[in-house]
Amino acid sequence: MTTKIFIPRDSSAIGLGSNAVAESFARVAHSTKADVEIVRNGSRGLIWMEPLVEVETNAGREGYSNVTTDDVESLFKSLVTGERDHEKNVGLVEDIPYLKNQERLCFARNGVTDPTSIEDYLEKDGFKGLKAALNMDGKSIVETVTQSGLRGRGGAAFPTGIKWNTVLNCSASQKYIVCNADEGDSGTFSDRMTMEGDPFVLIEGMTIAALAVGATKGFVYLRSEYPHAEEVLNEALQVARAKGYLGDNVCGSKQSFDIELRRAAGAYICGEETSMLESLEGKRGLVRPKPPLPAISGLFGQPTVVNNVVTLSSIPFILANGASAYKDYGMGRSMGTLPIQLAGNIKRGGLVEKAFGVTLNELLYDFGGGTASGKPIRTVQIGGPLGAYIPESQFDLKLDYETFSAAGAMIGHGGIVVFDQTVNMASMARFAMEFCAIESCGKCTPCRIGSTRGMETIDKIISGENPSMNADLIEDLCDTMLHGSLCALGGMIPFPVLSAMKHFPEDFCLEPHANKVAA
Amino acid sequence: MFLRCLAHREVSILADTHHKVVVDAALEKHESTKGSLLPILHEIQDALGYIPSDAIDVIGKRINRSRAEVHGVVSFYHHFRTHKPGRHIIQVCRSEACQALGANDVIDKLKRTLGIEFHESTSDGQITLEPIYCLGHCACAPALMVNGEPRAKMKSERVDSLINELRATNYDD
Ligand SMILES: Cc1cc2nc3c(=O)[nH]c(=O)nc-3n(C[C@H](O)[C@H](O)[C@H](O)COP(=O)(O)O)c2cc1C
Ligand code: SF4
Ligand code: FES
Repeated sequence: MTTKIFIPRDSSAIGLGSNAVAESFARVAHSTKADVEIVRNGSRGLIWMEPLVEVETNAGREGYSNVTTDDVESLFKSLVTGERDHEKNVGLVEDIPYLKNQERLCFARNGVTDPTSIEDYLEKDGFKGLKAALNMDGKSIVETVTQSGLRGRGGAAFPTGIKWNTVLNCSASQKYIVCNADEGDSGTFSDRMTMEGDPFVLIEGMTIAALAVGATKGFVYLRSEYPHAEEVLNEALQVARAKGYLGDNVCGSKQSFDIELRRAAGAYICGEETSMLESLEGKRGLVRPKPPLPAISGLFGQPTVVNNVVTLSSIPFILANGASAYKDYGMGRSMGTLPIQLAGNIKRGGLVEKAFGVTLNELLYDFGGGTASGKPIRTVQIGGPLGAYIPESQFDLKLDYETFSAAGAMIGHGGIVVFDQTVNMASMARFAMEFCAIESCGKCTPCRIGSTRGMETIDKIISGENPSMNADLIEDLCDTMLHGSLCALGGMIPFPVLSAMKHFPEDFCLEPHANKVAA
Repeated sequence: MFLRCLAHREVSILADTHHKVVVDAALEKHESTKGSLLPILHEIQDALGYIPSDAIDVIGKRINRSRAEVHGVVSFYHHFRTHKPGRHIIQVCRSEACQALGANDVIDKLKRTLGIEFHESTSDGQITLEPIYCLGHCACAPALMVNGEPRAKMKSERVDSLINELRATNYDD
């Protein structure tokens, strides 16, 4: 019988050597004429174990972690002889607590299937949501999404159903679905993993959105930093077209919808939806004032649904299983699950999909295992470069949009970046200002100029020049940026800066008690 | 005089036949799509490694946008280069998750070893160093992309061997 061997093609796994391992496996298989099939799956999200090679057995898929080309020969031998006591054997992958203790709705298939095999996708519940949607009218699809409580996973957490309803109620000759795949936040990779590991779920989600609001054309605005995601998504789009899931007659329904992949060009601000629309129109990515809302006047002036990759990829489950199946997960007004990304200085970095309500402590210690360096965690930044730094005293926070915003923090796209005690928070605050200066679209003065002034002022603090007075200046500046910025780049960069000053005054040469910052 | 200038420009475009072929093909492929400018620029940079300044004139004329507009778009986006890069491109992540595991040491070491700053190429024109803000490998940081291929868990001690590896492939076209 053919033995199936799974070696991820996820780009983080590639960065850790999985391509070389796959080539080596293929070579050994060829030379020994062994009856094996190598499948290039996505990643399970246990990134600290990558390259994680899996072998199909009667009991399930057995894993071998951190495989290098040096291991291939011995691993092969143990496969052929059936002896599974290889030192890299981590047992049945689905029994690994990190994976077992997750609630994988959106990421159910990631790492399990061959990302571009539509047969694999169909076998694992693929296109069930689309089939259901094809038997519903737009209004009831939108209703189901509203009922599910799904909120945008791109950062702003706006209720998805309400957005779709606005587009549904617009009458227009052309409507668009735009998928925001610009994933610019440091510490986030759930969009990337979705596109590389289970691209059909995104295609299915976009198609359902199109049926719901009456759109015939979709765009995926994909960051240029993700060439591997581009490759996989392009393959998947071709397969979906060839099999009639996209095109003039979606699944024989006479409805037409197709998706065009557009590559971004390395500007963080183009993740902001109106800047992204400008970019798709072939312009500089200057943020548009709202109103008009993109839902009413978006791409090329037409009603447009703009949603994040994970938002759209959550849709198929909801349509296939019903709104309440999704809503049963979560807490308060944060319903369903969130694919959380554990990043930075963390022992077990990777993707953890959990229902809302999980605490930071559980994520950082039970899943993450503390820092990679072995030193204590000093702080975490959540929600990307515009997210606040959170001190250990707040690690009992539950992941919930409202709980976070009450604590002056945000969940954003669900990336958690961990720092150990060696971090210098003044230099992190400086980096926030520098990042804002580099990435500002230039429309508002506080953001464009203020960020550079902020950087210079923090430099003065770092060099010990009148820290207390300069800290006051930073506070004033942040206040101006907060109130004088059109979008959240200038408007929220004060969060990491002020939270760093508030919780770690000693890094700013400030006396803890003399510190007046109230972030 | 003005016309002669224009004529001269046309000549300079034609002068590099490879550029002309690439630019024409990019325009041919994308000019009729809506919002075609980014796809056109990507097509050109994928082939040439940068956007030659004479291409900006040609693109503007064909898609009915002014030179200033096209130039404005090229300069807005960090991805587009206006100078020919080295044969190898190292893009190193500067963002927070990579910093948390020592990206700044890797960056310092890269700069020192190559003797260049960001956006520069080594004196032999072989290696270009660029900053990038997150590659999505934040769970296996620090991360780089070398000629489009990811490298994760980078260490400053491994910079020398990376550069040697690249230099070894310099002349075996
Ligand atoms: C500076 C800035 C950057 C953003 N970057 C992204 C991004 O990379 N990806 C994303 O999905 N949303 C990003 N957003 C949020 C989008 O503007 C928008 O809210 C989102 O795409 C809507 O989709 P959702 O409702 O599904 O989240 C960003 C917002 C701002 C202000
Ligand atoms: S806050 Fe900054 S990025 Fe946002 S619109 Fe203003 S200048 Fe542009
Ligand atoms: S922060 Fe460096 S890869 Fe994400």
